[in-house]
Amino acid sequence: IPRQVSELVQFLLVKDQKKIPIKRADMLKNIIREYRDAYSEIVKRADRTLQEVFGLQLVEIDTKRHIYILINNLPRAEGEYLCRGKEKEKMGLLLVILSFIFMKGNSVKDSALWEFLHLLRVYPGKQHSVFGDVRKLVTEEFVRQKYLETTAIPLTDPPEFKYQWGPRAEKETSKKDVLNFVAKMQGKDPTFWASQYSEAQTN
Amino acid sequence: TLMAAQMTNAHRRFLQVLMSNGITEGSEARKLHQHCCETDKVYYAHDKLDDFISTINSHLQPLFMQIRKGISEDDGRAHYAVVNLAETEVTKMASDYTEIELELFRKTMDLIILSENGFASSTDILNLADQLKTKKMKKKEAEQVLKVFVEDKWLSEKNGEYTLHTRCIIEMEQYILSNYQDVARKCNICHSLAIQSQVCESCGIGMHLPCVRKYFRGQTEPRCPKCNEFWSCDTP
Repeated sequence: IPRQVSELVQFLLVKDQKKIPIKRADMLKNIIREYRDAYSEIVKRADRTLQEVFGLQLVEIDTKRHIYILINNLPRAEGEYLCRGKEKEKMGLLLVILSFIFMKGNSVKDSALWEFLHLLRVYPGKQHSVFGDVRKLVTEEFVRQKYLETTAIPLTDPPEFKYQWGPRAEKETSKKDVLNFVAKMQGKDPTFWASQYSEAQTN
Repeated sequence: TLMAAQMTNAHRRFLQVLMSNGITEGSEARKLHQHCCETDKVYYAHDKLDDFISTINSHLQPLFMQIRKGISEDDGRAHYAVVNLAETEVTKMASDYTEIELELFRKTMDLIILSENGFASSTDILNLADQLKTKKMKKKEAEQVLKVFVEDKWLSEKNGEYTLHTRCIIEMEQYILSNYQDVARKCNICHSLAIQSQVCESCGIGMHLPCVRKYFRGQTEPRCPKCNEFWSCDTP
């Protein structure tokens, strides 16, 4: 069984490197195979190893379809925010988007989001020197990685979408952190935004 | 100390960054060591990086992983990478590239290892693309794939020629030594795998360029350490 645990740890690390959510079915098929009965024990031990050695945690983000991600357990260091890789710039953009969504009441229409990004000289139609195809980054990559969640707004024609925080964002950061970020950027105290401040306290 | 060293958040943070970097240069690793210890408020001693890494390695061992130090064949500087010891082939790359890209890489690696100087020209590699078993690859596509291999630090490019990146050598040293047993050269000085090397014209032993530089420092008439003939290559 220890071999299964170390293989599962490797498997999860590889999947996580690309921020692909992991399905239980994949874990069973690729690693656990004939040890199905010991599945929960193997997963539990793999999770413990990930926490003890790597500071990562296996978290189920979809309890119905049994989908997991690895989140970073380590306390965030100054200037590190959400990033654990060389993708600092993408994470910077993401943090700005998550802040905007939170400050606007946890849900924004896609038109409002793009209007906001215009202010930062980020345009959906234009190739950005750092981010490349920004529309793809925001509507596909961030959504696939579960940082953002997008839902269609019913009865809209042409169809409009709304954006909210995705489950990975919920787990890897907090409303408190995000509010502190906004406060820092604007040189104000977090309590300046009374309703967001009280919401962040209970998060 | 006799106590088994514990992993702290500083160790975990260091490991996470090393893994996401792919390869980390020595002085960067030392800075990172300091940053992690300060961030997680763990005792820091600037000369204890090796102990710090040993602690992590003792916990990685049951997972068949290791932080390994390798020396760059270009500048002789130390670099660190997290390697998987259980791999029997290029499985680390397997998840990042397609079947046909992996085949191109393996064939490129063949060319590089079998070459005299550890380099394969881009022309030779592009000709390979035409002969792949999986599916033929167009020259333009192969050029793009080579670019990605360089960006991901599996290959490095110099004047239109390609060799294995330090990261690739650190990660695949065991694989290369066992799969290219008869052809892969080991440096006569440091006994590690040598991809780029200078070779003695008389007896055929090879040495890394940085190792040659160190070994022949201050000598006016460099001689081969094995057969004592004059060393025919220009000492770097």
